[in-house]
Amino acid sequence: MNAQLNDAELAESAKAAQPAPATTKRDAASIAALHEAEAADVHVSVDDVDLAAELTGADASTMASPDVAEYAMRLGDDALILSQRLGWWISRAPELEEDMALGNIALDLLGHARSLLHYAGTATGRSEDDLAYWRDEHEFRCAWLFEQPNGDFAHTIARGLIAAIYMQELYTALSASTDASLAAIAAKSVKEVAYHRDHAVQWTLRLAGGTEESRARMLVALTDTWPYIDELFRDDELHERLGDAAPLPSSLRAGFDEIWSAVLAEAEIAEADFVNPKIGQSSGGGRFGNHSTHLGPLLAEMQVLARRHPGATW
Amino acid sequence: MEEARRVAAAVVDPEVPVLTIDDLGVLREVRLEGGTIVVTLTPTYSGCPAIDQMRDDVLLALTAEGFDDVRVDFTLSPAWTTDWMSEAGKAKLEEYGIAPPTHRAGERSGPIPLSLGVKCPRCGSLRTREVSRFGSTACKSHFECLACLEPFDHFKVH
Repeated sequence: MNAQLNDAELAESAKAAQPAPATTKRDAASIAALHEAEAADVHVSVDDVDLAAELTGADASTMASPDVAEYAMRLGDDALILSQRLGWWISRAPELEEDMALGNIALDLLGHARSLLHYAGTATGRSEDDLAYWRDEHEFRCAWLFEQPNGDFAHTIARGLIAAIYMQELYTALSASTDASLAAIAAKSVKEVAYHRDHAVQWTLRLAGGTEESRARMLVALTDTWPYIDELFRDDELHERLGDAAPLPSSLRAGFDEIWSAVLAEAEIAEADFVNPKIGQSSGGGRFGNHSTHLGPLLAEMQVLARRHPGATW
Repeated sequence: MEEARRVAAAVVDPEVPVLTIDDLGVLREVRLEGGTIVVTLTPTYSGCPAIDQMRDDVLLALTAEGFDDVRVDFTLSPAWTTDWMSEAGKAKLEEYGIAPPTHRAGERSGPIPLSLGVKCPRCGSLRTREVSRFGSTACKSHFECLACLEPFDHFKVH
């Protein structure tokens, strides 16, 4: 993301400079500011400017244990993949305000993913970009819900509703983690997820209470998305090893059900309206790298630039 | 140290240039560590793209004032809320045409959203409508005034 810093004149003026790492973000305005500062004969070395671009938790030097890293990777992948999905809507949403809303939600999620993947990477010496762009499909740990296609707008809302209710329960509980970095990231994220939940709830009510067409589509979306709920709440050995560093997923279910039921009741939707008794819950094995058919194409699009042009910067 | 703090505190938010990072509550700490001035910033929103610009601006402002050993750290904890915004900052926002956060963080609860009145920063009317909870930046929502018909930004309570 950072070709300009290799700029000959800048490199020359920064005598002690190392080559700029490829992960620092820089835009035209800050480059202009740098050049202005040089013109005023102020010494700004690249070392000074190339601070860790990643946002960190409580303490920048903290390294995650292997188990905590695995856990952070699951959460980071959930956020990253949903963010990537939502980005597609920009310029395609039903109205301009929705372009902005879905784009904003995607941006928040990307922020969460950066914090979580940065932290996950500390255990193995990998950066957030290494984890996002250089892992293959079977190495991703997102749950199936997050990789589901955007569908029509109602599908995106149904997926977002389940995701936001779940994330709010999760991050609320994780704020009390004994792992200071996880707790800090969760406490930050939960406030943003509250807005995502509001957004999804408002649209659920609007679609369910709108026209016959919008209600029918909302019900189809719930039918299609509902099977991906259970995977979010399945405990496995990792959670047991983590102890008080992370809540057991199953312990979040009651809180989720309470909100889920309240929203559906307000929308005057009964479970029988959308649950197809012939379809059970998905066997979703995303936490172990077994993914639905939808993840591969998403990753291909997300990763192509970084892989085709390794180290590419702007 | 006092001088360094003063210089860092005067850096403005690139998105809302009427506010300094001190008004905004993004500037957490300025301290001396050995011979290094360490400035700690906290992002308003996790994905806020302005934070990198703020880091660069702090660095340049301090360097320009002759502090040559400067580091900028980020922290997420304790998480930023609009309660960190100064009263002076809120007044400046309103003057600038952005409705400041209307109540304290943590007052919204329950799964069904409930919206509270937001005053139009232009005509002062409370007859306003939220057009979208998500506005031009992560920290703002989009409103319109039903009295003077002007659209405006509202700095979200967070």
